[in-house]
Amino acid sequence: MSELGSNVLKGDQRSIARLISYVENGEIKASDIMKEIHPHTGKAYVIGITGVMGGGKSTLICEITREFRKKGKKVGIIAIDPTSPFSGGALLGDRVRMMELSMDEGVFIRSMGTRGMLGGLTSAVYDVVEILDASGKDIILIETVGVGQAEVDIIKIADTTLVTLVPGLGDSIQTIKAGVMEIADIFIINKADKPGIEQTVAEVESLVDIECLNKERRTPVLKTIAKDRKGIKDIIDNIENHKEYLLSSKKFYIKRKKRYETELVEIIRKRLMNFIFDESKFRNKIEILIDQIYKREIDPYSASDKILGKILK
Amino acid sequence: MVKKIRVLIAKPGLDGHDRGAKIVARALRNAGMEVIYTGLHQTAEMIVETAIQEDVNVIGLSLLSGAHMTLFTDVTKLLKKKNIEDIIVLGGGIIPEQDKPKLKKEGIIGIFGPGTHTEEIIEFINENVKI
Repeated sequence: MSELGSNVLKGDQRSIARLISYVENGEIKASDIMKEIHPHTGKAYVIGITGVMGGGKSTLICEITREFRKKGKKVGIIAIDPTSPFSGGALLGDRVRMMELSMDEGVFIRSMGTRGMLGGLTSAVYDVVEILDASGKDIILIETVGVGQAEVDIIKIADTTLVTLVPGLGDSIQTIKAGVMEIADIFIINKADKPGIEQTVAEVESLVDIECLNKERRTPVLKTIAKDRKGIKDIIDNIENHKEYLLSSKKFYIKRKKRYETELVEIIRKRLMNFIFDESKFRNKIEILIDQIYKREIDPYSASDKILGKILK
Repeated sequence: MVKKIRVLIAKPGLDGHDRGAKIVARALRNAGMEVIYTGLHQTAEMIVETAIQEDVNVIGLSLLSGAHMTLFTDVTKLLKKKNIEDIIVLGGGIIPEQDKPKLKKEGIIGIFGPGTHTEEIIEFINENVKI
């Protein structure tokens, strides 16, 4: 095994961080190390946290982590913020609410930009989960970008998905219910000291009534005040209940299989894209074809045949 | 393969003035970098540990309290102690002219005071970071 791979398995922070950079940058040497560490994965429980912007996700993660640390669990945190589609840069500020965890050796936090991915995640997130898992983390918490409607990819990777809301959203619950409201395993209404809490809880409960009709499990709706550390233990208990529920049936197996399916497709997609667009000979070919499309010498479909024909043969 | 320069912007010590740090963070983001912001009141240990976990190429320290001689060099000393040689350290804030040579000797390779154009910082990082 490579030195980097074995240091990751030992839980060395610098090695974990370096390997994450390799996968994030799509460096070729990363895939060999990812192959080495895979047999050591599958032990960590993955929890996704998604929800409205400003809903207190980072503060909740900090408090949930503290609670797991009290139980002696090692925690990995992946905090995702949007990459600017214009500059390609990103301002990653989730750590501000988690700084008190930075000196805890049982916690590893990594901030990531979406780097062009839609859906609230980054394409490297599957690899990062594997790395943190292999490094011995018991719990992996993933914070998605603040969501509106379509950022629901978190369910493809998380075992338990928490959806956070805050009081006073009013009618906007109606607008977000289509996507985000359907993916919750647990609802958390944070900032429960704010006015309008009872109305928000009632609205979410009534959505749950409809959503969970004829289902064996009803999605719990919890009230928390993360900044005052209120309601956090309740979240942990409900996560553990949900885990038991998944393990008591084939649901856990189905969920994990779904994750690996998504991961495999993602790896194939990335490698194909790299093959098509990074190889300089294809790049030149594409430039010529674009020019020909512009001049109406060829249509885009025939042009794509010319590129894909070479690969599909 | 898309490599991006990753920068940690940190506020060490007891200093609540973070407008400059935030403006720099924003400018670096607009220049295509990934910028991690720590918030206020960080110790050298917290800053270095964060830099390790985030695998940054640059640490940018901002301080307006006057304690830069201690707090900036605490960071570079700790980096040296941990054998971390591939992270460059920059300083910003109210830094008197006579302190600059000593800070540079201690490993704060770029110092940017009030009135610095953000372009200057971006250029400096692009010239000094190899990714």
